[in-house]
Amino acid sequence: MQHYLEFEKELATLEGKATELRSGNSSSGNPADNREAEKLEKKASNLLKELYNELTPWHKCQIARHPERPHASTYIERLMSEFIPLSGDRKFSEDKAIIGGLARLNDLPLVVIGHEKGNDTKSRIEHNFGMARPEGYRKATRLMEIADRFSLPVITLIDTPGAYPGKGAEERGQAEAIASSIEKCLQIKVPLISVIIGEGGSGGAVALASSNKVIMLEHSIYSVISPEGCASILWKNSDKMREAAEALRLTAKDLSKLGVIDEIISEPIGGAHRNIDEIIPRVGIAIERSLKKYHKQSPEAILEDRRNKFLNIGKLRL
Amino acid sequence: MNWISNYVRPKINAIFSKKDTPENLWTKCPSCGMMLFHREVKDSLYVCNGCGHHMQISSTERLLSLFDGGIYSPIETEDVLEDPLQFKDTKKYAERIRETRKITGEKDAMVISMGDIGKLKVTVAVQNFNFMGGSMGMAVGNSIIAGVNNSLKHKTPFVLFSAAGGARMQESILSLMQMPRSIVAIQSLREEKLPYVVVLTNPTTGGVTASYAMLGDVTLAEPNALICFAGPRVIEQTIREKLPEGFQKSEYLLEHGMIDQVIPRDKIKNELIILLHILMKKPRAIRGNIKKAGEEKSSALK
Repeated sequence: MQHYLEFEKELATLEGKATELRSGNSSSGNPADNREAEKLEKKASNLLKELYNELTPWHKCQIARHPERPHASTYIERLMSEFIPLSGDRKFSEDKAIIGGLARLNDLPLVVIGHEKGNDTKSRIEHNFGMARPEGYRKATRLMEIADRFSLPVITLIDTPGAYPGKGAEERGQAEAIASSIEKCLQIKVPLISVIIGEGGSGGAVALASSNKVIMLEHSIYSVISPEGCASILWKNSDKMREAAEALRLTAKDLSKLGVIDEIISEPIGGAHRNIDEIIPRVGIAIERSLKKYHKQSPEAILEDRRNKFLNIGKLRL
Repeated sequence: MNWISNYVRPKINAIFSKKDTPENLWTKCPSCGMMLFHREVKDSLYVCNGCGHHMQISSTERLLSLFDGGIYSPIETEDVLEDPLQFKDTKKYAERIRETRKITGEKDAMVISMGDIGKLKVTVAVQNFNFMGGSMGMAVGNSIIAGVNNSLKHKTPFVLFSAAGGARMQESILSLMQMPRSIVAIQSLREEKLPYVVVLTNPTTGGVTASYAMLGDVTLAEPNALICFAGPRVIEQTIREKLPEGFQKSEYLLEHGMIDQVIPRDKIKNELIILLHILMKKPRAIRGNIKKAGEEKSSALK
């Protein structure tokens, strides 16, 4: 069953009717039904184009959080080979909100790290909806150290609502774990490329995205706070999330103008989840192209490039 | 009308009416409710004589109490682009910040200064909670960079007093970017082997804690300060249970291995002198030469 977003209601009706006609058709074989279904499908496809032509920032938030949107595990599985998962922070536990390990992109050996949200109730709980505890960030830090030691580039796949706000997480130093993960990002002398594949939620995202290049999928979002959180603090009314989403400038297009992100990967019409076969190679090509730039650079130059990128942020206007 | 209403009443009124008592002479301790005389409060660095509660102290008074003889020079910081996002909630951000500047007389939420602490040159950053909750935006990032550059130039330690509700939402992604940006600055201190000492004050939360505030070589905290990533209300809403007494307070963090020491405000100067002299491999400071923070403060303010 396809999951439809709030602004796709009309689309759901059209596509639903078409499917119904077609499934009834298979037994009765009525050509009239077939023609009618075709008509509806055409109408639906036009509507889809229309809807995705004029997306608001709030619509993008919904697409970025779409439950069927390809997740970190999807990209690792379909884009990379010989994936060897690495687990645990060697200090307290294994946090599955962040997954990672050794892998190859085509032939190139690398370290991949990503937030994983899971794709059904069981796996969502297992991965804590992509909200990491300190152990997740400490595992990421550990993996970045390994990458640095063996001169392997690091790819991070960003998709998190934010760091987990829990009692244990705070007791075990959530703030310190995030700060140290950012610091590690800004210390390693190998290329570090991030792709924001869904939600780039605040400190939990920047912990893995303090990189040489930040690439963003067209309908992904990246923000200091969720629109709901921002609305409840600044508007004192969490129903104002549409306005907050607008004001926060959390879309790829705006962030690119501000010089916060470096590249946008366009998505298939209807979002990445409507055509996973199309989005996967696009992400692969973008990563490879970014890595190529650092191929001939010295480790020191690669690190310098990353640090300067952040020092220079804040000089551009929308 | 008799003599009572004509004569006694005004006198009684004079005793009980607030109008006749200049309000700024007395401060009520927000913790124990004790009335504190303004000069005493100043002398005790805004710490309640009754219960030891640490109240907000202005950045100027913090600096006066810290530097020898209350002498220091402010360090210029680079101006930021004004409101590059054109942010508007119920009010325009440009307007909000203009008003805050007018009320506080400050440019933004962090000031940088240099002066002697126990005859050792030190660069000090003080975050001002009264300026939009001390929130971290581009200006705070620029201040940290300016402070670090000053440290590198004069080979001084860098001491930072943090106080903030977190990132400045009105600067959205640009405030988030101050997390890596400030850390890049801190890393150049590490590479030059200059000490970076953080003093956490009430409150230090959110993106500030999760970046430069938690990366000190040595981390001190004032008593009973709220120090956290996610605030207690957010956590209670998530886990739907009451949090234990003292959760996320300085003493709790000390117990959980997150900070080095909890230290009362009037002892901070002395502690910094000793620890900075050791880290900078300077001969031990002659302790007899060091005035107690309180003494120095009152002489500086006179």
